[in-house]
Amino acid sequence: MNQDYAVPAVALVVLATVLVGAFGLRVSRTTSDFYVASRTVGPRLNAAAISGEYLSAASFLGIAGLVLVQGPDMLWYPVGYTAGYLVLLLFVAAPLRRSGAYTLPDFAEARLASQQVRRLAGAFVVGVGWLYLLPQLQGAGLTLAVLTGAPEPLGGIIVAAVVVATVAAGGMRSITFVQAFQYWLKLTALLVPALFLVLAWQGDGAPRDAFAEPAAFRAHRVVRIGDDLDLRLSRPLDVTATGTVDGLRYAGQRVPLAAGVHRIARGTLLSFTRRDPVPVADRGSDGDMSTSLASGHGKRPLYATYGLILATFLGTMGLPHVVVRFYTSPHGVAARRTTVAVLGLIGAFYLLPPVYGALGRLYAPELTLTGNADAAVLLLPGRMIGGLGADLLGALVAGGAFAAFLSTASGLTLAVAGVLAQDVLPSRGVRHFRLGTLLAMAVPLAASVLVGGLPVADAVGLAFAVSASSFCPLLVLGIWWRRLTPPGAAMGMLVGGGSAFAAVAATTAGRAGTGTLHALLAWPALWSVPLGFLTMVLVSLATPGRVPTGTAAILARFHLPEELRAEAKA
Amino acid sequence: MPQDPAERRVVVSGPPRRARRASGYYRPRTEIDEQTTLGHTYVRSLMRSQLRAALAVFTVLVLLVAPLPLVFAATRNTGAEWAVLGFCLYPPLVLLARWYVRRAERNEKDFIRLVEDR
Repeated sequence: MNQDYAVPAVALVVLATVLVGAFGLRVSRTTSDFYVASRTVGPRLNAAAISGEYLSAASFLGIAGLVLVQGPDMLWYPVGYTAGYLVLLLFVAAPLRRSGAYTLPDFAEARLASQQVRRLAGAFVVGVGWLYLLPQLQGAGLTLAVLTGAPEPLGGIIVAAVVVATVAAGGMRSITFVQAFQYWLKLTALLVPALFLVLAWQGDGAPRDAFAEPAAFRAHRVVRIGDDLDLRLSRPLDVTATGTVDGLRYAGQRVPLAAGVHRIARGTLLSFTRRDPVPVADRGSDGDMSTSLASGHGKRPLYATYGLILATFLGTMGLPHVVVRFYTSPHGVAARRTTVAVLGLIGAFYLLPPVYGALGRLYAPELTLTGNADAAVLLLPGRMIGGLGADLLGALVAGGAFAAFLSTASGLTLAVAGVLAQDVLPSRGVRHFRLGTLLAMAVPLAASVLVGGLPVADAVGLAFAVSASSFCPLLVLGIWWRRLTPPGAAMGMLVGGGSAFAAVAATTAGRAGTGTLHALLAWPALWSVPLGFLTMVLVSLATPGRVPTGTAAILARFHLPEELRAEAKA
Repeated sequence: MPQDPAERRVVVSGPPRRARRASGYYRPRTEIDEQTTLGHTYVRSLMRSQLRAALAVFTVLVLLVAPLPLVFAATRNTGAEWAVLGFCLYPPLVLLARWYVRRAERNEKDFIRLVEDR
């Protein structure tokens, strides 16, 4: 990749973000402007902003990488990210807006009139927000490292600095403009290169073997193994090796490999010939977005697919940066229409990453072995087109990737900072909001620099699973069930969300064992979501005396159209 | 003649409208505003119709999505999996969303007509 164009492109995106944010700063004056843009954002601008915020590093780079490495099963990720909005629309969107709360803790307090539940919800918002920020910062580091060879933490530090500056300076109003701008930037950055790549594919005779299993090399290719890995072969394969295979040194000899697992040392060069099937790599944790501890062991069980579907379908509604956006709609009807527009916008975007994944299987299959599969989107233009055109397209993609990190990170930072400023720091107001912003970003940044190695797919999956098993029951039961009590809500969040968190933490730490137990712990949503709902319902039924007195009035406010309510107040 | 105190303008005001309305014929709006048991019943009926709309669309979504992994696992047709997950699922999601929004807004309109006694 040619960094002569990529670095200016990234710089341009960063600069444009700051400028559009500064434009927002001029019109952002009151505390209400800061948090919810004074509730005057129309459906179209708001939908673009929500979509811009939602399409993260995992969407922009991660999906193509996952599909490249693990095949079309991974396409459930974008389907789930989109369908999550449909579920959100059905059960949550309009009542949430009508509840009139700023954040999830505000919602919990308004519905249940309990400071404890509010604090617990705040803790979960901060936890889920930090978990989701981590992959954004790591993705930024990876991108900058692939583009320029810069040290890995640098990209994360740049993103953190820009986000803290824009969020602390302008708050939500400027963020609305920034996010809407970044949706269109991301769509363009993926769409234009995709058109050229598909044309190049057509010019190449439109080979169809991307959909074949397993992927095969289309030409003679020498692959440098980036890190020690175990190669899994289903059939015997002859390769030419320079380096160490199964503990034996080779210097350009032909090596017949039997079916089974072979250990390849780092730095080994393997050359494959045309039509060789691409071997599958078993790899441990190396901080790569596409190699997940949860799914890197052979064929994905059906159970894992259903776990993924449940976590993404139900987890979206509880993501703190998603929920906060609904308060900026002027009324419940607009919140619903906004959500439909969002579905269209993100659905359109998600048609693109699979194209990169499929072309990656054709033209860069060796990325599965080098441990850089997430770079597929960044590397494909150079691989398929070449020359100045490829450099320019590559620069466009790099700019889009940075837009992805910046937009999701600013949304999350805003949500976490809102909770910190309102519930943790001593007094409310703009100055404490700025301090909250700094704190909201400092923790995940420190974690990404110090810890580093948490696989990004796992961090994202963890965030979705925790949100699906804590906030989803809270929102759905809170909006539709009048017998919910504060102890029920608190226990449900603790048991559901806590067990999901513990399960994925155990998997990430490598303590989950193998077989069924591993699958259950790696994809907890399938049991932790029902557990969360069940606990919330049972504990609520066991404490009927604790139903808040104003429940009927609150539920009327959630569900009555604004027309009736406005007159009622007058 | 403005100097004449007998002809000075006076403000004439009636009793508050709401009180009069309550003492007159029965209106669902008032019941809801004043949070009577009957008012809660009205809100409940709106919630039930909205929940029914949401559950109907959700059921369609589940029926659409839930069999897919099983079908893919059974047929092992990766071409179909690419086509369905990569493209074909998105238009139904948007259509379901639009269907739901139309139903929910109609429910609300019907409800307003009911309680406003129009």
